[in-house]
Amino acid sequence: MAAPIIELTAVDKTFESRAGATEALRAISLAVEAGEFVSIIGPSGCGKSSLLRIVGDLVQPSAGTVRVNGKSARQARLDRDYGIVFQTPVLYEWRTVLENVKLPLELAGRPRGERERRPPTLLRLVGLEEFAGHHPWQLSGGMQQRVSIARALALNPSILLMDEPFGALDEMTRERLNQELLQVCAETAATVLFVTHSIAEAVFLSSRIVVMSPRPGHIDRIVTVDLPHPRVDKTRALPRFFELVTEVRQSLREDPRLAAGREGQDGPGAR
Amino acid sequence: MSSTGDDRTAARPRQRLRSLATLVAIAVVWEAAKILFALPSYQLPHLHEIAADFLREGAGGERWLSIMALNAGYTALESLIGFALGGVAGLVLAIGFAQSRWLERGLLPYVVASQTVPILAIAPMVVVWLGTSWFSKAVIAAYLTFFPVTVNMSRGLRAVDPDALALMRALAASPRQIFFKLRFPASLPYLFTALRLSATASVIGAIVGELPVGSRFGMGVVIINAAQYYNWRPANLWAAILVSALIGIAFYHAVAAIERRTIGWARAVPAI
Repeated sequence: MAAPIIELTAVDKTFESRAGATEALRAISLAVEAGEFVSIIGPSGCGKSSLLRIVGDLVQPSAGTVRVNGKSARQARLDRDYGIVFQTPVLYEWRTVLENVKLPLELAGRPRGERERRPPTLLRLVGLEEFAGHHPWQLSGGMQQRVSIARALALNPSILLMDEPFGALDEMTRERLNQELLQVCAETAATVLFVTHSIAEAVFLSSRIVVMSPRPGHIDRIVTVDLPHPRVDKTRALPRFFELVTEVRQSLREDPRLAAGREGQDGPGAR
Repeated sequence: MSSTGDDRTAARPRQRLRSLATLVAIAVVWEAAKILFALPSYQLPHLHEIAADFLREGAGGERWLSIMALNAGYTALESLIGFALGGVAGLVLAIGFAQSRWLERGLLPYVVASQTVPILAIAPMVVVWLGTSWFSKAVIAAYLTFFPVTVNMSRGLRAVDPDALALMRALAASPRQIFFKLRFPASLPYLFTALRLSATASVIGAIVGELPVGSRFGMGVVIINAAQYYNWRPANLWAAILVSALIGIAFYHAVAAIERRTIGWARAVPAI
């Protein structure tokens, strides 16, 4: 087996504030292989976003080690190994759609030729080439998030970090974007770490699902998704799809702290 | 959506009509008040008296229209220079404050104090120090201009979306890139709000700077003279006030027009 592309060992995270210390993550160990699509699912406040940000060197762990591509998370960030997508599109509204996608190339000081050629290609990939000259506010939420994905792919990162990217979208848009995301990932061969609230989304997208417990978050279980590729609309109708959804839901419920009346959170807006 | 641009252009003639209607309404109220309260001309002249004052010949044989235009030009130029000086000073302070809490804590109390001192008290001293040339007036205008820019802009530079900053960090942007590609453009709406305030304040500053003895040109000089002869020719002061106001209005609209061209991407740009 090849060395994992992301390797977390015994990671703890405690947030200190005036109100006291909050233990967000406890003893997280996880290895992600190159090309995997790993979802992190769990109840609100279980530290999934913190975990993602620790991998991306945006938040520092209180204990434990993070290795990415065989180096520290900080070095991986400085080497621009990451593409990142947030729950909100975080587009710069003074830039056009095309200029937003160009931003990472500018920051990395890529040569002019690449800066001019790459963004239109990326916009074609997410189906928005006609909107290159538009400003972000002229686009729907789903379209904005596609721009944000195109921007994340601009530097051809080996790792894509996605923090509930479709959490604010309606169910139909979300399903369509799920499928588009898989197509995009197939073309770019990026490894994806994907935080979500939606069980169905996690099952549809992932090769593995990391189920987390409530605060302090730790890994309850890892569900391997053995659905066939490519995943298409019909995949959602397979009996195996429902079995996996049930399995993940059960894992979320089994936690004694969750069992107290909490239903599986697979709808949007669970936040 | 994309139709917003069309709506804006379609709104122009309607907006003009509205402005015209407002002017007519003010004129009606003005003249009605004069009749209703039996106000003599030294309290409130007729509008046509004010209009006629522009056509009257002054002591040197020139019409007041050209006398006003010359002095208004002086004031406008002083205001513009003061506006530019104050804007740059305000921006430099704001960037300093945004970079360093320490600098802000040390200097902000004095910046605030500077604005609590009446400009009328400071103006004569500045004129004594710097002479009666245009420069002292511009400095007084700048004194009123820099404050809104400093306050608003240092706030704007800090009010950046945390995720937008996280994105910059994830992309390993340098502090310089973060400033020029994120903080500065993101705070432009704050800057323009400040510049709208500063535009009118700079005209007030220049006029106040022209009031002390020794100045020869500018609306401040015209106002002082007209006030001295008010009982004799009240319409003259009213005309001077009107012209002064028009300079301020023109400045404000110039800033607003530049704002629309520069940050048309911001949805919150006011119509006027």
